[in-house]
Amino acid sequence: MDFTLTDEQEALRRRVRSWLSANIPEDWKKFGLSEVPRPEAYEFLRKWQKTLHDAGFIGLTWPKEYGGQGLSFVEEMVVHEEMALQKAPPVLNILGVGMAGPTIIAYGTEEQKKRYPAKILSCEEIWCQGYSEPNSGSDLASLQTRAVKDGDHWVINGQKVWTSLAHIADWMMLLARTDPDAPKHKGITYFLLDMKTPGVTVKPLKQITGDAEFNEVFFDNVRVHERQILGGVNNGWAVGLTTLMYERLALGFGLQVRLRITLEAMIDMARRMDKHGRAVTKDPVMRQKLAALWIDTEALKYTGARAVTKLLRGELPGPEASAGKMSWVETHQRLQELAMELQGPYAMLARGAEHALDSGVWQYSFLRSRANSIEGGTTEIQKNIIGERVLGLPKG
Amino acid sequence: MDFGFNADQEMLRATARKFLENECSSEFVRARMAEDRGFTPEFWTKLAEQGWLGLVYPEQYGGAGLGFVDLTVLMEEMGRAVMPGPFFSTLLGGLVILEVGSDDQKKEWLTKIAEGQARVTLALTEPNARWDAAGVTATAKASGGGFTLSGTKLFVPDAHVADALVVVARTRETKNPEDGVSLFLVPANARGLAVKLLPTMDQTRKLCEVKLGDVALPSTALLGTVDGGWAPLARVINRACVALSAEMCGGAQKVLDMTTEYAKIRIAFGKPIGAYQGVKHKAADMLVDVENAKSLTYYAAWAVDENVAEAALAASMAKAYTSDAYRKVAGAGIQLHGGIGFTWEHDLHLYFKRAKSSEATFGDATYHRERVAQLINL
Repeated sequence: MDFTLTDEQEALRRRVRSWLSANIPEDWKKFGLSEVPRPEAYEFLRKWQKTLHDAGFIGLTWPKEYGGQGLSFVEEMVVHEEMALQKAPPVLNILGVGMAGPTIIAYGTEEQKKRYPAKILSCEEIWCQGYSEPNSGSDLASLQTRAVKDGDHWVINGQKVWTSLAHIADWMMLLARTDPDAPKHKGITYFLLDMKTPGVTVKPLKQITGDAEFNEVFFDNVRVHERQILGGVNNGWAVGLTTLMYERLALGFGLQVRLRITLEAMIDMARRMDKHGRAVTKDPVMRQKLAALWIDTEALKYTGARAVTKLLRGELPGPEASAGKMSWVETHQRLQELAMELQGPYAMLARGAEHALDSGVWQYSFLRSRANSIEGGTTEIQKNIIGERVLGLPKG
Repeated sequence: MDFGFNADQEMLRATARKFLENECSSEFVRARMAEDRGFTPEFWTKLAEQGWLGLVYPEQYGGAGLGFVDLTVLMEEMGRAVMPGPFFSTLLGGLVILEVGSDDQKKEWLTKIAEGQARVTLALTEPNARWDAAGVTATAKASGGGFTLSGTKLFVPDAHVADALVVVARTRETKNPEDGVSLFLVPANARGLAVKLLPTMDQTRKLCEVKLGDVALPSTALLGTVDGGWAPLARVINRACVALSAEMCGGAQKVLDMTTEYAKIRIAFGKPIGAYQGVKHKAADMLVDVENAKSLTYYAAWAVDENVAEAALAASMAKAYTSDAYRKVAGAGIQLHGGIGFTWEHDLHLYFKRAKSSEATFGDATYHRERVAQLINL
């Protein structure tokens, strides 16, 4: 057991640190330091990711021939930690970097691997994920969007929903049903869809925060060439699951450190707030709640480190990897609730309102955190997965 | 970075599991629960032969020279078997001697402990039930070149089968209660020492009242320096919290294993109960608790081994999380077993009770969260 980094990894940490302090743009502050890419920041974030890419700080674990750095998960973790510690802007093309790229590298033809991953990293092409449908969320394999073969093309009809970034995306990871007669997991194909193809319509959906991060996407006789299939016809379920596994890994690294930073910001606010004539941080009940969050945040870090160790040793992620996402969701939502609680009546003011504490950023993040237990697999589905795949309990 | 156990540690785990399956069955545990002594000399000798009684002591004192990460592995397996007896209490006594004992004291006592020839417990707490220095009110007064100890110690583990007790006593009244505390090695047969075994809810853990009725000790009974006992004792308590957390993780994992197996075979409404989300989701919650408890405990073990600056914080984080986690997991285990889980016959109550006694030992989750709050400067 050893938490020390190699000299090279420590050198990388110093390099990332000094690069970030010199290169995070001043005007980032005016976007409120939001960890979630917010619409007014899209253009800013596009440029930021390009800068990151030029410096070689994105796609660290991807092979060099496809635009990456060919490094290990430790280097990836170091970079994520430093970015979070310096409150660097988030990566806009997160679905491409976290999911599409690794999946294409895992399943793509040589032509596909040469074509897509590099442009994902540079943010030249933004990706969205066409999985969920109005009637297929947690039961994803029941999806109804159809693809029918017509010569060397497939013709797609149907609808996706909750599609983050679809309104600015160039490409979509699309799951569509190619064999309606096969068992539901076996008739699905994974397409790489150009969002500019005729017949694709994107309608933004306004969400609980007032922002429109996600969309409905409609397909009306959309023609896709068969070379856009990833991983073979009717093999889409396996390919799609790979994407989800990468999602959990990719998002996991940065999440813990960002959680810690959010926690420290909240403690900072708690020191300024009064409760019964003393600082909130001196109230015994609040101290218990704050300490519990601190402990849970640290637990997430070490649970993550155990999962990374398994990967480094060439083993499959174990129970600790499954525990990670659920713990993060629960801890983050509890943190956001506490951040509102300790504000007392200030919690009622809107983001940007006069008198709002920290410009009302907590009101936004509190609302946004409700999505955490839904997006990327609901907590209920996560519990099914842990119950069935990790503990080996029978399916319902 | 490598946050996992190495091949030797995995081998230690396998060896310990096999040994305890053979030597520490449910029948063995229950027989020890029903008697006052709580262990057998044969079993103790076998622990010594395995090298486990001296696992973390240097080789020059008869130990195996291993660290707390290794001990974590062993404690997890002992928790898994709800192993009864004075292993943990003897670890406490031994760690104090290791921390502050003179070379002669270490040579004598650690060697005897490692060989299975001596058991040494720690008499810290008193009827005021405090785990901090302010709770130490028993006194040690200088007299005739030695010391005279008076007071009452309570919740002393395994004092009735100890050969000696490390007694924490106040040698000076000071403004800061952490100053003026001293440590003494008191032979069990010292005049004026009265040990009374108390019935415990967790019968695998024996606790005693220890009365110090003007116990006269020679100056050589002092461990470390006069008035300077608290700081080294605090380091021992941190280590004790880590070892106890590890034992709790092992117990919690076993409850999860038992519950998962039961949920696969118990049929209700025509299906194994594990197929129902009401059961499955509770089992998933148990797994999350167990995994996070392990993560914090393993980190704390590494932190005390490496003596990093945040070792105390790491130990408190582990004890806080694990105290809640084991209690919740053991409770959920009973719930998911239904009526059978509530019987004396089923082993679940051994774990449920051990969870509770471990939670209360060296401070519960609330106590340690407050300590965390202090250590992160809230």
